[in-house]
Amino acid sequence: MNRNRSVFLLSALVFGFAFLYVPIISMIVFSFNESKLVTVWGGFSVKWYGELFHNRRMLEAAWLSVRIAAVSATCAVIIGTMAGFALARFGHFRTRTLFSGMVTAPLVMPEVITGLSLLLLFVALAPLPFIPDTRGFSTITIAHITLTMSYVAVIVQSRLSSMDDSLEEAALDLGARPWKVFMVITLPIIAPAMISGWLLAFTLSLDDLVIASFTAGPSTNTLPMMIFSTVRRGITPEINALATIMVGIVTIFVITAGVLMARQERRRQLETRGAGR
Amino acid sequence: MAARPDEGTAPWLDPKAQPYIRIENVTKKFGEFVAVDDVTLNVYRGEIFCLLGGSGCGKTTLLRMLAGFERPTSGRIFIDGVPMEGVPPYERPVNMMFQSYALFPHMTVEQNVAFGLKQEKLPRDEIRDRVAEMLSIVKLNGLEKRKPHQLSGGQRQRVALARSLVKRPKLLLLDEPLGALDKKLREHTQFELVNIQERLGVTFIVVTHDQEEAMTLASRIGVMNQGSIVQVGTPHDIYEFPNSRFVAEFIGNVNMFEGRIVEDEPDHVTIDSPDLGGVIYVGHGVSTAPDAIVWAAIRPEKMVLSREQPPGEYNRASGIIKEIAYMGDLSIYIVQLDSGRRVRVTKPNTYRHAENELTWDERVWVSWDESSSVVVTE
Repeated sequence: MNRNRSVFLLSALVFGFAFLYVPIISMIVFSFNESKLVTVWGGFSVKWYGELFHNRRMLEAAWLSVRIAAVSATCAVIIGTMAGFALARFGHFRTRTLFSGMVTAPLVMPEVITGLSLLLLFVALAPLPFIPDTRGFSTITIAHITLTMSYVAVIVQSRLSSMDDSLEEAALDLGARPWKVFMVITLPIIAPAMISGWLLAFTLSLDDLVIASFTAGPSTNTLPMMIFSTVRRGITPEINALATIMVGIVTIFVITAGVLMARQERRRQLETRGAGR
Repeated sequence: MAARPDEGTAPWLDPKAQPYIRIENVTKKFGEFVAVDDVTLNVYRGEIFCLLGGSGCGKTTLLRMLAGFERPTSGRIFIDGVPMEGVPPYERPVNMMFQSYALFPHMTVEQNVAFGLKQEKLPRDEIRDRVAEMLSIVKLNGLEKRKPHQLSGGQRQRVALARSLVKRPKLLLLDEPLGALDKKLREHTQFELVNIQERLGVTFIVVTHDQEEAMTLASRIGVMNQGSIVQVGTPHDIYEFPNSRFVAEFIGNVNMFEGRIVEDEPDHVTIDSPDLGGVIYVGHGVSTAPDAIVWAAIRPEKMVLSREQPPGEYNRASGIIKEIAYMGDLSIYIVQLDSGRRVRVTKPNTYRHAENELTWDERVWVSWDESSSVVVTE
């Protein structure tokens, strides 16, 4: 191999990864800092983690965030799967491209816009029955479903379109009714895509600050909102510890989702390659 | 090999025989496109019927209508006398083997085969016995617990076959059953498929674009073109007596000479063919208008090459050998006639060391027997 090129590639690699991960690594390192001053290293300690678990307001905010993330991810999987299913199976119609574009557009929609429009909608609809009249858990959850279902729809749709249609036909042909076919053939095959969709939706919801800030009521605080407001009064090692935990959770979820999708893809390739043997 | 022609296994010749599957004036349109155009067809119990045609000729659409995945735009389908109108796929006494095999990837071989029986809510013991029996018929014992992606192509094909036969359907539909297998395995599987069919007595309708496959499998072949069935007959009929240029050219190789009818007698016709550079004598009558333009079709293996001029004045032409392809069992000669036409002649390599073999650029005579040509008018 060309030596010059490998030096160049190596330095590009180091620089790129440094750019991406130095901030996060320094935060993780300083979360184990003994000193109260964030920028001065005072020896190793886990005391800030201990202190974190005695901070009631933090714990409440974290619990709220987890609940919102779990409920919104579950709903997003249900609605997103239906949308993905419809897009993959509706066949061809004139404005199909427009529709599939519209499902994916929220992926790139500025969050400020999504948050603002949802806030306006909640305020306008508040007097109607079945609509929450105070903003809090339910409004943030609904907003997060809106945010995350596109991701689920895209993942499920791509899995469905790579699935052989004749699998479902074969099940019908063997005597299973359409609903049963969906339950015992289609669902198990797209389940990994749904799980990775759920994990992504969960992390997106857990991370979200902008949309939650718009749709939360005056007394509701999700974890990112809490971190943001605390940091405005100065960075504490406690926040570093909290953020480190969040990085850990998000990393685990994203890696799990990635592994699930990669394994699914590998199996699919095995299936199609094996058919030619 | 194709179903042995025992006595009474040609029900299509018996006017009193009841067709087991009856397709009656079936048309299928997708928007403006006519995929299947007014097809009427009878298939008898125990047949292996091959629908043969190029891609887009409507054969798969016809198969999917039999399975119930598509509805005919008009016309009716009867299976064992029962009209299939409005009967969904899961209630038809028909099973299908898909081109992609469509094995359920999340189930084992055993679960795949048992799937159809479970839908019938049969007792567990019976399901287990019938699955085991079917797996031994297709020689898959020992692979029960494997998942489809752990199987070879040939094994998957047999799982798919077992899964579609285990419900004992009245009719089994096979969509390009051997399409995904390599050549050696194909030949072997063709014979096995016929053996299993004879053993179980299930009626097969096979869709294929491969004429060799159709010839080996079928009791009868229906050749399809642009949504219509152009000819139905035994492999022998279709090969030796094609009823049109399309069939003659689609099945096997053929040399086709255009000409004009000169003499039209009940026992023979003569055709003047500038294409050949001579006169073609056909030893049977042809019902057509005098002076009509016709085509005489002669198969390459029915032509003879010789250095000496053959006797008589018909069915011969001289030319120069342009190409020779040695295929092992036979050799193919491409001869350019003096008229400019190139013809294809095959000759079996009966002897290992042939002396005085014909060679490139040699002048030869091409001739054939008066009974070897077929006259088609369209």
